[in-house]
Amino acid sequence: MTQPAISLRGLTRRFGDLAAVDGLTFDVVPGELFGLVGPDGAGKTTTLRMLAGVLRPTGGDALVGGVSVARDPEGVKHRIAYMSQRFGLYTDLTVRENIDFYADLYQVPDAERPARLERLYRFSNLGSFEHRLAGQLSGGMKQKLGLCCALVHHPEILLLDEPTFGVDPISRRDLWLILHEMVAQGVTVFVSTSYLDEAERCDHVALLNRGKVIALDRPAALQDGLQGEMLAVRASDGRRALALLRSLPGVRRAALFGDTIHVTLGARERDWPGVRDALERAGVGLEATHQIEPGLEDVFMERVEP
Amino acid sequence: MTLAVEVRDLTRAFGDFLAVDHVTFDVPEGEIFGFLGPNGAGKTTTIKMLTGLLAPTSGGGRVAGFDLRTRAEAIKQRIGYMSQLFSLYADLTVDENIAFFAGLYGVTGSRLAERRDWALEMSGLGDYRGRLTGQLPLGVKQRLALGCAVLHQPPILFLDEPTSGVDPVSRRTFWDLIYQFADRGTTIFVSTHYMEEAEYCHRLALMNRARLIALDRPAALRARLTEPILEIATDHGPAAAQALQHAPGVIEAAMFGRAVHVVVEHAASAVQALPPFLSARGITAHSITPVHPSLEDVFVSLVRREGGVVVG
Repeated sequence: MTQPAISLRGLTRRFGDLAAVDGLTFDVVPGELFGLVGPDGAGKTTTLRMLAGVLRPTGGDALVGGVSVARDPEGVKHRIAYMSQRFGLYTDLTVRENIDFYADLYQVPDAERPARLERLYRFSNLGSFEHRLAGQLSGGMKQKLGLCCALVHHPEILLLDEPTFGVDPISRRDLWLILHEMVAQGVTVFVSTSYLDEAERCDHVALLNRGKVIALDRPAALQDGLQGEMLAVRASDGRRALALLRSLPGVRRAALFGDTIHVTLGARERDWPGVRDALERAGVGLEATHQIEPGLEDVFMERVEP
Repeated sequence: MTLAVEVRDLTRAFGDFLAVDHVTFDVPEGEIFGFLGPNGAGKTTTIKMLTGLLAPTSGGGRVAGFDLRTRAEAIKQRIGYMSQLFSLYADLTVDENIAFFAGLYGVTGSRLAERRDWALEMSGLGDYRGRLTGQLPLGVKQRLALGCAVLHQPPILFLDEPTSGVDPVSRRTFWDLIYQFADRGTTIFVSTHYMEEAEYCHRLALMNRARLIALDRPAALRARLTEPILEIATDHGPAAAQALQHAPGVIEAAMFGRAVHVVVEHAASAVQALPPFLSARGITAHSITPVHPSLEDVFVSLVRREGGVVVG
């Protein structure tokens, strides 16, 4: 069997009494896209910082590209590219100067630079801002520049901490195409995200809560593990329908997804007629109803809700 | 109908760069008004002008009935503002931050005590009041920032990407609070990149390249997307999305969760043609079905029609 790209063994980080990351043990297969999701404060950033060799574990270890983060954090840095949430951009350098700086740092050969730059500009749309100072970019554009800098070299392992934080939907699509391209070229991508539609595109997803992995599987398997049947309901007054649904027996969960309510029932045939009648009696008009497969966000809500 | 915000030909240049270009719209009182657009489209610059933080180069408007060119101070008393970069002090406790913002907004005496208790309860921070703000989880900080922004009970609330990077559970909690304000008549002006949040708004304005390119209710915007959308279920989403971009009759293909959404010229012919196109490339389509367009589909389509996201 091939050696894992990343292998966590009881990886732990305590801050005083608080175990921010508490005994994580799992493997990431080479060349896969691995997603780390969880509520704020679950330990995602702390985990990524340890894997990147910038924060020492207080217990356990992880091998990243075969190198121990506990014993040789400097050695890890040569195997990876890491983009943190607060990526070190030089605000008094231009967009182009920042990218060049990181290309120098990672020793990207001159011959490869024009093609890399063109691709990075294509997804980021930063080409027309090439000569603008990084300090004068909007928040989302700074984020995209950070990504360009991290992607300017071709690492074997890419660690990304919420790369699409504050990035608009179009750039998000383009960015994910780039990540999939990198995976197709054999790069292992380990990414944390708060967008669950992004997590659904990963090969494996670990759901982190209070420093511990509470689920790890392929997204489809996580979704299959949900109990009950789910209906998507569009109603004339979504918020009133939601409040009503939550009070009805037979409804296990109800959550608003945009203009649609996802209703989880123990069993559709048994529970739905009573629920529908109750809505109609209350004067809530149903515009459309159909059975759906749960998404990862449904899994998240079910597992993490306080 | 009383207007909370009215804007006429609002324009802002930085040197020879037009960040906001003749933008005109109204927001009636009590509305949840969503403000969308790609990064760099001019959203934050517009919000800064509306909140009195930045002067327009030309054009103008009124916020809470006051001229934004001449009455910026009067406007600031009547609005709450929370930006993507929270203004909270990380090295102050929760209580100290509330006291600081109360002072800024002139909330004192018994009203301060009452408003502080309200803010702590509203944000679920009762147990945290002595904690350093910098140590709070992001979702909790965001609720505190919202509480601080409304200590003076403003009739209009400006929120600039208030939920960026916040997990789905905290985002919902945050929007429950927004609805509570809206139910009491507060006008909400909110920018976001989360399209499911855009669905919660009464009306949406879409900016691109410094201009307003669409303004309507979410359902009406969806109806404007006239090209059919097909959802393809496959085990090879990324490869399928890439291949489909070059398939005949396909306008746009992108991942949507694990499935692929394809904007096509004709639904019936695409349903026939795309499965063989994919299988010739070793990709099996498990199903291919027409779907109700998501707001993300609409957003991407409108922006691409207007020439893409490249600015300047």
